Amino acid sequence: MKTFNLIIAGVGGQGGVLASRVFAEAALAAGYKVRTSETIGMAQREGSVISHVRVGERLWGALIPDGAADVLVSLELAESLKGWPKLAPHGRAVINGRPIIPPAASLGLTRYDEAAIVDFLQQQGQRVHLIDATAAALEIGNAKTTNMVMLGVLSTLPGLPVTAEMLWQAAENLLPSRLRDINRLAFQAGRRLGSCAETAPLVS
Amino acid sequence: MNRIAEPPRRLLMGNEAIAWGAIEAGVRVVAAYPGTPSTEVTEKILHHAGEYGIYAEWSVNEKVALETAIAASWTGARAMACMKQVGLNVASDPLMTLAYLGVKGGLVLIVADDPGPHSSQTEQDTRLFARFAKLPVLDPATPEEAREMVKAAFQLSEDLQVPVIVRPTTRTAHVCQDVAFAPPPKPALPLPPVRFERDPGWVILPALSAKRHRRLNAIQEEMRRWFLRHRLNGIATPCGEEATMSPAPPSLCDEATERMGNSGDLARATADLAIVAGGVAYNYVREGLDILGVSIPVYKVGAPVPLPAAPIVDFLRDKTAVLIVEEQEPVIEEQLTIEAYRTGLSLSIIGKHSGHLPREGEFNTDLLLPLLRRFVSDSIHCHGVPLGKGAPATSADRVTAKAQATPVTPETSATTETVASGAEMAVPPAPPLRTPILCAGCPHRNSFYAFIQAARSRDALFTGDIGCYTLGAMPPLGAADTIVCMGASVAMAAGFSQIEPDRPHIAFLGDSTFFHSGIPPLVNAVYQQARMTLVVLDNRTTAMTGHQPHPGLGRKGTGEVAPTIDIAAVARGCGVEWVRTVDPYDIAATVAAAKEALDYPGVSVLIARRDCVNLVRRSTPHRIDPDACRRCGICLRKFGCPALYEVKSLAHGEGQGGKTTVAIAREKCFGCGGCAQVCPWKAISPEVES
Ligand code: SF4
Ligand code: SF4
Repeated sequence: MKTFNLIIAGVGGQGGVLASRVFAEAALAAGYKVRTSETIGMAQREGSVISHVRVGERLWGALIPDGAADVLVSLELAESLKGWPKLAPHGRAVINGRPIIPPAASLGLTRYDEAAIVDFLQQQGQRVHLIDATAAALEIGNAKTTNMVMLGVLSTLPGLPVTAEMLWQAAENLLPSRLRDINRLAFQAGRRLGSCAETAPLVS
Repeated sequence: MNRIAEPPRRLLMGNEAIAWGAIEAGVRVVAAYPGTPSTEVTEKILHHAGEYGIYAEWSVNEKVALETAIAASWTGARAMACMKQVGLNVASDPLMTLAYLGVKGGLVLIVADDPGPHSSQTEQDTRLFARFAKLPVLDPATPEEAREMVKAAFQLSEDLQVPVIVRPTTRTAHVCQDVAFAPPPKPALPLPPVRFERDPGWVILPALSAKRHRRLNAIQEEMRRWFLRHRLNGIATPCGEEATMSPAPPSLCDEATERMGNSGDLARATADLAIVAGGVAYNYVREGLDILGVSIPVYKVGAPVPLPAAPIVDFLRDKTAVLIVEEQEPVIEEQLTIEAYRTGLSLSIIGKHSGHLPREGEFNTDLLLPLLRRFVSDSIHCHGVPLGKGAPATSADRVTAKAQATPVTPETSATTETVASGAEMAVPPAPPLRTPILCAGCPHRNSFYAFIQAARSRDALFTGDIGCYTLGAMPPLGAADTIVCMGASVAMAAGFSQIEPDRPHIAFLGDSTFFHSGIPPLVNAVYQQARMTLVVLDNRTTAMTGHQPHPGLGRKGTGEVAPTIDIAAVARGCGVEWVRTVDPYDIAATVAAAKEALDYPGVSVLIARRDCVNLVRRSTPHRIDPDACRRCGICLRKFGCPALYEVKSLAHGEGQGGKTTVAIAREKCFGCGGCAQVCPWKAISPEVES
């Protein structure tokens, strides 16, 4: 099998590290070799964070080279651009369209050009799926489940090394029991969003 | 149970793998101070300490941690001290002497390096520190290898009676890998007792020191032999078509497929070239060669200090050029260059001294690809600075070499195979800058804000320190004029006050840092009659590294109850007469207390106590009343909570009516009420349940 490369981008505190763990555990359960790499430490305080997940038979470093990611998941709109150079020309992206405006933008120290970003992403056609995962998570009752909504959407893409069942199973194993129900709702909401976005037939 | 069957593969983070390696090696005492990227090693061990009869602690600092481990080792128990690279600076005093005196039970230091750096004040290379201390270093490339190397390190430590450093970098420490692994069987408890035996060999006096220094120098060669015997360094098998080959780099744990030290059947596609790679850089080299589809023999260095250079020189004997790839400092390169010169080996050495690879930052496959490509296509090694006994480079050669030596940087290497193929057309817009910042509702923000209100008009100097509150330096607060290292805020404020007594000097440091290294400079400030204010930002945890306990909290790393050391009482004990505690969520009270503290003609200590938002439940989110808001922007531009944002014509938030210019992201608001206190128009209040 060719190596499957997944990038998960987001803002510190959004749960990107957990999402990458879930995917990695699912791939491990599916019998693959796995490498992940995460940003931990200062960036966790509202900084840009990128996780790399590599799944396959022949793996070296945990960092995905530029232009080699099969899928980019971004938990925040603008962070998708940070992960963008990693995406392969044929790669797909699932992006939470909800912006988190850094205070530096309000202070005029940097520009958050939402319109330009959305415009760029829309030009990418079918391979980019923009969804409001935060809204879905808030509807369920907790913005912290945005990562699980995104995993649900991810699970509807074709060509993954894992099925939706495997992903949810891995999530369930990692989550504390009191959070399982709300996260299951989030994952299911993500799957509905994914299939509405006409990404692909449901896996499994 | 079937003992032959391979244990199931589990996902292990490098730091967890290190912890398990130590537990498998029978470690009995582990002491550490948290620091990214090393923290999870000790967290994992603390979690299992009870079942394996391990004594584990979060010490107040790295020096104390190492000294705790030394005591254990000298009883004969295996011991480990864990820290990040800057932590080793703090522990360097006992380490230098320990190198002379040696160990009894195996003593391993885990020192995690942070090239980048991602979360550190410096990018210092612990291998250089090890050279300075003349101690062996093992440099794992993967979590799996880290686990094996920790076990090897304990063995080496006991075999040669020296402390051994294992140095994972961020991309080993924080990488997860599938590892065939099952926790070792739990021992019968209690473990057999150990006891310290008196011996003049544990007492460093100048006469003994001279003797032990000679011994330390003498065993350097034994260290090299040990590395080779245990196959920590060697020629990696070629990365050819054998898809079944284990992707794990050669290491102690590898099977017969990895024939170390046997170069006989290497692919000869580029027969006169070779690569030497150390640490995680080895992975990037192998992946780069895979991408380019070429086969060049790679000599993998897992034990870089002291480097067994002779076998590498033998390996390079028939080559015309070698590429040396290691992150950070040219540690392998310099040792190898000396040996090559000494033995009259003449070949081009491409690396950091030739100007082809940077001495800063992290490496990755993208950064190496252009260099590997040039190396293979002959354009470098013909022009590199030739190295050989009788043939020093002419100045003309040097000029050519300089011109050729374009160091690779993340910028110059941005285009790669796939992207360069031209399938991408549209250029993405520039993403906004997103630097880390204090959390929404972080009590430190209120403390900084209060002191800015109380003192910035008086041109007060703010000395900062290491922790989450380092982020107080970020705009809009800009509440740190200096930041050096743990504890420096206190000594520097006191020092400044001696030189510019007409200015208020305010030091900020956290509760954990206060215990780590805030007390001695506080004693000094009182003793030297400085005039300064120390603000202890007491959020009841060690937040930045993931919320470890400290002596002020009444519980230990294992969760057991412990005596509570009261920061205010310690400050009074240090001779401080003005000591107060305030709740920073009450900004007016904090400003008032700040003013009083600043008026005090001596050393004053204000403890701003309020729990880190990550440890307590959030309360009612706040909202901005668009009718009352006068758009002054103070909450946004002076206070700067990340839950606040400016509303332009965004599709989200409260901007739809076109009136409000500032809004609160409901899902981020912690409900601390800080912005409500800051707003001069009383436009912000808790949401009312509808
Ligand atoms: S983790 Fe705690 S201390 Fe650190 S920025 Fe957030 S609230 Fe403040
Ligand atoms: S109440 Fe105000 S300052 Fe506090 S978290 Fe919410 S928006 Fe931020």
